[in-house]
Amino acid sequence: MTDARTEILRRIRAAAVPPAPEPPRRHLRHAPGLDEHDRPAVLALFTERLEEYGATVLHAEHAGPAVAEALAGARSVVAPAGLPEGWTSGWDGEVRFDAPPLTNDRLDATDAVLTTCAAAVAESGTLVLDGGPGQGRRAATLLPDLHVCVVRAEQVHSALPGALAVLDPARPLTFVSGPSATADIEMIRVKGVHGPRRLVVVLLP
Amino acid sequence: MTRSFLGWPAFPEAAEREVGNRQLRENVRRATHTIRGKRAVLAAERPDWEALRDTAAAIKDQVLSHLEEYLLQVEEKVTAAGGTVHWARDAAEANRIVTDLVRATGETEIVKVKSMLTEEIGLDAALEAAGINARETDLAATIVQLGDDLPSHVVVPALHRNRSEIRDIFVREMGRHGRPAPEGLTDDPAELAEAARLHLREKFLGAKVAVSGANFLVAETGTLVVVESEGNGRMCLTLADTLISVVGIEKTVPRWQDLEVFLQLLARNATGERMAPYTSTWTGTTDGDGPAAFHLVLVDNGRTRALADPVGRQALRCIRCGACMNICPVYERTGGHAYGSVYPGPIGAILNPLLKGLDDPQTASLPYASTLCGACNDVCPVRIRFTDVLLDLRAQVADGGQHPVERAALGAVGSVMAHQAAWKAAVKGIGVVGPLLLPRKIRLPGPLGGWTDSRALPDIPRESFRGWWKRTEGATE
Repeated sequence: MTDARTEILRRIRAAAVPPAPEPPRRHLRHAPGLDEHDRPAVLALFTERLEEYGATVLHAEHAGPAVAEALAGARSVVAPAGLPEGWTSGWDGEVRFDAPPLTNDRLDATDAVLTTCAAAVAESGTLVLDGGPGQGRRAATLLPDLHVCVVRAEQVHSALPGALAVLDPARPLTFVSGPSATADIEMIRVKGVHGPRRLVVVLLP
Repeated sequence: MTRSFLGWPAFPEAAEREVGNRQLRENVRRATHTIRGKRAVLAAERPDWEALRDTAAAIKDQVLSHLEEYLLQVEEKVTAAGGTVHWARDAAEANRIVTDLVRATGETEIVKVKSMLTEEIGLDAALEAAGINARETDLAATIVQLGDDLPSHVVVPALHRNRSEIRDIFVREMGRHGRPAPEGLTDDPAELAEAARLHLREKFLGAKVAVSGANFLVAETGTLVVVESEGNGRMCLTLADTLISVVGIEKTVPRWQDLEVFLQLLARNATGERMAPYTSTWTGTTDGDGPAAFHLVLVDNGRTRALADPVGRQALRCIRCGACMNICPVYERTGGHAYGSVYPGPIGAILNPLLKGLDDPQTASLPYASTLCGACNDVCPVRIRFTDVLLDLRAQVADGGQHPVERAALGAVGSVMAHQAAWKAAVKGIGVVGPLLLPRKIRLPGPLGGWTDSRALPDIPRESFRGWWKRTEGATE
């Protein structure tokens, strides 16, 4: 008896599918309706789309004060390795470092997580995490109920194609487009299921 | 016990039963109209919508014409990144592979990300038979599992349930499978979602093994992609020690950058969002982040059968957005269960026969579960020509001897039409005899009765068009 792999590949060859034409790829590479080089417009769209999802956007010159504002009400925060120093110095809660790695139960019992991001997309209000410096492993950005993400303006692409081009698929990536949600009950959107129920984005120049 | 569509009646019988359920019709109508509206707004927002569809269809066609090459690339890249690749010819083989992998971990309760393929192959039941309790974690899939129900939609499997039915299921069943529903639970959707959050939280935190599907499988990088809304996918993909992803071979896309096309189409078309809240991608395993062991099970289960069908193979472009069922006038009235498959609606009407063949009457009835209105063609993000495939499958059913009476009748009409004199005589004759002999409401004998049961015969004019033209030369007076 042949093995499954050999047999499936044989069936594929036997199907004799004719060659297909090259994809036209005539779609837009940037967000429709705005000039991608108009940075204020791109950042305004990013803010608008995040707020549509119910995320809070704080525009700030420096991370510290905005982070303190974002973390108001939280008692504890996870700080991933590589987070710039001083971001939490203006806040008086407990900072938990993820080294050695916190257990899942400990992460679950932490109120918030503070991260940077790898890229962002204006059109869909998307943040992308890749586990790089200041972003932490995936569990750390999943279990706490509040996610505070600091984004630098230069990281915001107007649309998805630009972000995909700078991301490294070898890393585990998480694209976050607004807080966790469901519409499984009568197609009524309910915010907050399993992922963080609150998302605050601090947008730096 | 896990219910299945095994032994389901053919579409006309199942549909007759389902349309008699008023509550179901109301639920399905409300849900499909809501999604339709949201989808229309967000599709219209992209001036390049048609260009995105053109490119998506063409990329998928390239995948189908180079499938062997891309699958070998997937295997190489996933293996190099620390994953293990398994191949499964059919459902039984896929279920055996997953069962063995779970057994090897010693775990008896696992968590699952919603996956239509694992529904298709009946994985939950196979695991149950091996003493492994697989808990669904998507809200709709949880509603279906707790209610011992069957999925009726590819995106929203519990679309046929309304909030009060869901509340009753939660109150009755949650306690039997873990944390009970909160005291005094109402049917407010936010409260129901919170009940699911609490019920599933302990399962995520304790899970050692997770099973997922994938929306896309990138050949050049060996990357898997899962698109979801709730975060249950992230929980399963991240917190378990062992991750087993069961993926159909047609889910492949050639290049990483191709995701720009599919990710921009999928959520807009499926749920009327620009992007779903969470998209997770991973390539093999990553030290210190997520599962230490990753297995990819590549499943055929009829896909190569569909691939060999020159007209039907376009159904393998499908990215399971569900827009075809949301827009379908037949689905809107019958709901998903009438199709007797985890793939209902227009895609089910073509995909099931292509995957399984037309030998059993239930599957052979599906290409007829359509008015051929073509609304599905218009919303499909990968430009599947549903009506072309439906007609081709109907021809295959007829050629296969499934409809002998229709075939004999059409053969007789054909031979009369082929001879001018016979046709003239027949048309003239029916105008004289028809109005006298045929009442408006008759029941044709035998299998033809299915036609007259739901239709009234039109009035037969006394004069044929040819006769009228000959007499008047088209003058209206």
